[in-house]
Amino acid sequence: MQPIIQITDVNKVYAGGFQALNNINLSIKPAEIFALLGPNGAGKTTLISAICGIVDATSGQITVDGKDIVTGYRHTRSLIGLVPQELTTDAFETVWTTVSFSRGLFGKKPNPAFIEKTLKSLSLWDKKDNKMIELSGGMKRRVMIAKALSHEPAILFLDEPTAGVDVELRKDMWQLVRELRNDGVTIILTTHYIEEAEEIADRIGVIKNGQLILVEDKIALMNQLGKKQLILDLKEPLIEIPAQLTDFNLQLQNEGMQLIYSYDTTDEHTGISALLQQLSVAAIAFKDIKTDQSSLEDIFVSLVREKT
Amino acid sequence: MNRYAVAAIYKFEMARTKRTIFQSIISPVISTSLYFVVFGSAIGSRITEIDGVSYGAFIVPGLIMLSLLTQSISNASFGIYFPKFTGTIYELLSAPVSSFEVLLGYVGAAATKSILLALIILATAHFFVPLEIAHPFWMLFFLVMTAITFSLFGFIIGIWADNFEKLQVIPLIVITPLVFLGGTFYSVSMLPPFWQTVTQFNPVFYLISGFRWSFYEVADVSLLTSFCVMSGFLAFCLLAVTWIFKSGYQIKQ
Repeated sequence: MQPIIQITDVNKVYAGGFQALNNINLSIKPAEIFALLGPNGAGKTTLISAICGIVDATSGQITVDGKDIVTGYRHTRSLIGLVPQELTTDAFETVWTTVSFSRGLFGKKPNPAFIEKTLKSLSLWDKKDNKMIELSGGMKRRVMIAKALSHEPAILFLDEPTAGVDVELRKDMWQLVRELRNDGVTIILTTHYIEEAEEIADRIGVIKNGQLILVEDKIALMNQLGKKQLILDLKEPLIEIPAQLTDFNLQLQNEGMQLIYSYDTTDEHTGISALLQQLSVAAIAFKDIKTDQSSLEDIFVSLVREKT
Repeated sequence: MNRYAVAAIYKFEMARTKRTIFQSIISPVISTSLYFVVFGSAIGSRITEIDGVSYGAFIVPGLIMLSLLTQSISNASFGIYFPKFTGTIYELLSAPVSSFEVLLGYVGAAATKSILLALIILATAHFFVPLEIAHPFWMLFFLVMTAITFSLFGFIIGIWADNFEKLQVIPLIVITPLVFLGGTFYSVSMLPPFWQTVTQFNPVFYLISGFRWSFYEVADVSLLTSFCVMSGFLAFCLLAVTWIFKSGYQIKQ
């Protein structure tokens, strides 16, 4: 399948000499949700801006739907909707006029019915005549999304879409993103909320210091890097791990009151039964047992630290 | 041609005029009326005629030019500076629009607004002085060309400015003095020889002269000279705007 976005050897060096993007290569598949994770200043927004034409890449090539973003900018930009990180709005415009303006700017014939549908889908219909200055931060964020969707884009960029919004609105947005994907829209989002990527992304890219250090299918990533642990709360503390248990990958914690067994979930034999058997033989009693699996956040933090 | 984008920018800018009607229309009309009262009535009672034209009527083309120039610059510079200031320029930069289409929208709207204002001032002037327009075609030609040229100039200022002070500095310390010293309220022949020579270096002097000729067939320089100076300034603005869009100066990083 031809990628909807192809980024090849892209570099961006700003006038002051700061290298924001360092040899980025990335393919985005049609109708996928791709989450770009990275610490502040990693280059997420610069990468999005380069694809959308807001900043010029210093070198390399970006194609959208098979067309170069410089020579074929009319086609490529008409396919893209962008929700920027900042709530940049025309304070004195009404919701209706600002969203209609965006549709026209992107070369689409006026279509009040479509604008109405978009505003209703974002629970903005009753605010259509309100000036932007009168809206709350969450409402402004919805308007930014409505503006980006106003020209029916095939690709939607969401730069920190749920920053500063409440839990309910965040969940509404996740639902909207899923619905858009089901309608065939490709979605690329940057986020600081790992749970957001974990919840909705199909693939994940991690960027740090302008370098794309990892691109992986989310589930594969979690299976590949995710460790699972069996945690046993002991009745009596242990001073050290008994000799008959040294073959197991065990750690003692909480002043000897917790025994932690780390294992690989993909192995056919996890060793749990054998461990429990050996504990019984060694007369080590426990009062509780639980398991813990590393989250995407743990994986992200470990990856970013590793590459530092 | 992305005509929907041009229309969107144009309508957006025109709508801004409606919201700021006092600043855009009423305030310049009041200022110009005050000029008529102060200069036309007070001074006009002492200077009865210049080149056979009553003083009140003589200053009308200059006053129209004063508003046309300042409003063209102000409309276009604010139009493009505001998206930069608020950050909404991201939308313009990521839209499938060419530089020419962006110019057409912003400069077209700025020129339209200042032409409308000039026509309103012309109508207002009728209440104060009897007016004749000897060459209506040339009057409209100068009006439209000046509005376009100075809207382009305003667009350049709006791109160049990175704060509100810079946005105001050129209109206040360059344009206004040039208009006042360009023969708005007098004929250059009334000045001492030294100042007559200095005036030759003021481009606005040629615009006012040409525009006044279209009303009363009196001018300090020939129509051709006025036309050439205006065309030269228009060409300079077009070249500057072309360079701005090619280099991304103050727009793209």
